Amino acid sequence: MQDMAADTSRPSILRRAFGHPLAWPLLALALLLVANCVFNPGFLALEWRDGRLYGNLVDIANRAAPLILVSLGMTLVIAVRGLDISVGAVLAIAATVAAWTITRMTAGGATGLGPLFAAIAAALAAATLCGLWNGLLVVKVGMQPIIATLILMVAGRGVAQLVSDGQILTIYYAPYAFLGGGFLLGLPFALFVVAAVFVVLKLLLDRTALGLFVRAIGHNPLAAHVAGVRARAITLSLYVFSGFCAGLAGLLVSSNVASADANNAGQLLELDAILAVALGGSALTGGRFSLAGSLVGALIIQALTTTIYAIGVPPQVNLVVKALLVLAVLLLQTPEFRARLRALVTRPLRGGA
Amino acid sequence: MSAVVLHAQGLSKRFGATRALDGASLCLRAGEIHALMGQNGAGKSTLIKLLTGVERPDAGSVTLDGRVIAPATPLEAQHEGISTVYQEVNLCPNLSIAENLFAGRYPRRFGLIDWKRVRREARALLAELHLDLDVDMPLSSCPVAIQQMVAIARALGVSAKVLVLDEPTSSLDEGEVRELFAVMRRLRERGMAILFVTHFLDQVYEVSDRITVLRNGALVGEYLPSELPQAALVRAMVGREVELAGGRDAAAPAPVDAPVVVEARGLGRRGSLHPVDLQLRAGEVLALGGLLGAGRTELARLLFGLDRAGSGELRVDGVPVELHHPADAVARGLALCPEERKTEGIVAGLSVRENIILALQARRGWLRALSRATQVKLADQYVALLGIRTADIETPVGALSGGNQQKVVLARWLATQPKLLILDEPTRGIDVAAKQEIMAEVLRLAREGMAVLFISAEIEELPRLGDRIAVLRERRLAGELPGGSDGDQVLELIAGQG
Repeated sequence: MQDMAADTSRPSILRRAFGHPLAWPLLALALLLVANCVFNPGFLALEWRDGRLYGNLVDIANRAAPLILVSLGMTLVIAVRGLDISVGAVLAIAATVAAWTITRMTAGGATGLGPLFAAIAAALAAATLCGLWNGLLVVKVGMQPIIATLILMVAGRGVAQLVSDGQILTIYYAPYAFLGGGFLLGLPFALFVVAAVFVVLKLLLDRTALGLFVRAIGHNPLAAHVAGVRARAITLSLYVFSGFCAGLAGLLVSSNVASADANNAGQLLELDAILAVALGGSALTGGRFSLAGSLVGALIIQALTTTIYAIGVPPQVNLVVKALLVLAVLLLQTPEFRARLRALVTRPLRGGA
Repeated sequence: MSAVVLHAQGLSKRFGATRALDGASLCLRAGEIHALMGQNGAGKSTLIKLLTGVERPDAGSVTLDGRVIAPATPLEAQHEGISTVYQEVNLCPNLSIAENLFAGRYPRRFGLIDWKRVRREARALLAELHLDLDVDMPLSSCPVAIQQMVAIARALGVSAKVLVLDEPTSSLDEGEVRELFAVMRRLRERGMAILFVTHFLDQVYEVSDRITVLRNGALVGEYLPSELPQAALVRAMVGREVELAGGRDAAAPAPVDAPVVVEARGLGRRGSLHPVDLQLRAGEVLALGGLLGAGRTELARLLFGLDRAGSGELRVDGVPVELHHPADAVARGLALCPEERKTEGIVAGLSVRENIILALQARRGWLRALSRATQVKLADQYVALLGIRTADIETPVGALSGGNQQKVVLARWLATQPKLLILDEPTRGIDVAAKQEIMAEVLRLAREGMAVLFISAEIEELPRLGDRIAVLRERRLAGELPGGSDGDQVLELIAGQG
């Protein structure tokens, strides 16, 4: 009875909070993290040791960094009615280009930070070029985005193998490890990369007219074109940006494992990125998008993966478990499903009263 | 008086805070063409949606042949005998005519579709409408008029008792309208009840046996055309006196020595428009007429850089320009309200404010964002100026009625303070009052120095609104007439007689 009385005073704040588009993704993330506490009571604990922050939460954020970066690029491509399924392959290209650059330069006797910056520049240039290729196919040639980027998704791994000569390139160069494994101010450096990209992007979209143009193009490309919006140029640059993000992710991944695997780096990453965008509440049909939502979506996916390992799901079924959890999270986010759920929950209650 | 087929009583429907329909009634009799009239937002579309099962009423009842029906889906309504042909033809353009006619109810033989029978019955169905078409032709290769006929034939095929035609004539030229009316009359003779929604007043008098007028979601009355002259009909729709004539202010003619703002010299494009010479002066309204397909929209697209000109030269303020993109045109002070409001005009998912500032922002470029305060000020200003009816400026434009959407597109261009405003059929599919408001505002702006190219399919609008009238025929400029010319003269030039 007391609960019921408290309920009547709560709804207005609760309802407003749940009206926010980020509410459900955040709730899903929180539920996942709390669920882990059941199996491991110390799951949420954070510890400051040797000037660094340790804990499962830091791990999840750190491991999610590449996916977050790729998801941010994917969000904007999807926002203008596009799709980029080549991001995994572009990540592999960037990783192998970085590894190849370092290998060649250190073999040539270069020391210091020269190879590091050369590798970053070469990898990002290669990834950006890949994005440009995708964008040109979509905007100039007029291909369907999924087909246009399918080309690089398939061929990209071949290109990466050409660069690596079919080998897994191992990086014996200490400074490079900092990108994906180093700490700054006690936090993993990768988190700073993510934060920088996110903040710059948020400022670009909110403080300039870019956000408006992206949404206009996504909702109605033809009307935006007639209104004088340079829809094609903007769309092209978003594909370039998606490539750039995949390049950054490639740097983090290859640095983290000190090697570049043309075949397996970023495998199926495109699907996780699309999923992160969907989980974050962006419309897959374009127009409505949320960068913060995609960030949370990527964190959900990484938290899921961590959870599956933590609760000891047998490896042969963990993809199935992941799929089921994703389905649950997505269902929770659809208003129709929630309405049905509410009806199921409230009916017995009323009957009881 | 023939038997009542469909009787709707006290229908009410709310959408959120808006009361779309408030106890409206409608009575359809067998073998009549019944015009449903009303302004945008009067509740016509809602009433149709309730009759055809797209939406369900909050209150009220519908009886068909004396039996209460409550269709929950369009398919159920169809099974009851109510078929609808929408303004935007709702068929599958990439299927053949025959497939469209029988989609969802193919005759079968041994569990497989009997294509021979499909074709045979399709031809028979079309023959009833006196149409001789290749039924294997994909629908998309037919003109809109034919597509509409196919939609009607499909309605026939499901043996409809009631046929609802929602603005069927808005994209047809005069010949096609005449054909459609002939078909409607034939169906009437077969005892079908036809509910006909249109914005064209003269068409109502030409074809309908009875008129029902709605206003603000409620029934105003049911009339016979003979007892309701046009002015009285408009009064019933609007609820106040509107001046039907109006338009150009003859007392203050456009100065003939005003500077030429935009000049086309031999502007043309292969396959779409023969070279055209045209001059537009500051402060003048040039009305552009012509039949459907005469090249009206093509000329507008060339002037605005939506299509690349193949020949000739375009000068803005005397300087030759090349327009590669609408953005180039916008940068030079040109503006275009396109013919296709839904696909090329509004961005339905964006708010009224965002739609209004879109072109101005596009011209400033993405780096120089308009401040939120400026955006709100501009939006408020144009909402007030054009009388845009919206809950507030953050409402998505898609939620507004057609006339108000058109006003938003107009506001978008006025906010850029253009030198030349091209209006491609700005008043198509919107109600009389909104039409008057839009044209009054455009004429006022013209008098302040804006050049206006006003494209219209309605012949009587041309001499009323234009300082000059240019006519296109068969994709070339057929001639020019002074403003205020006789309607018959304009008609002759358009039709190419004499």
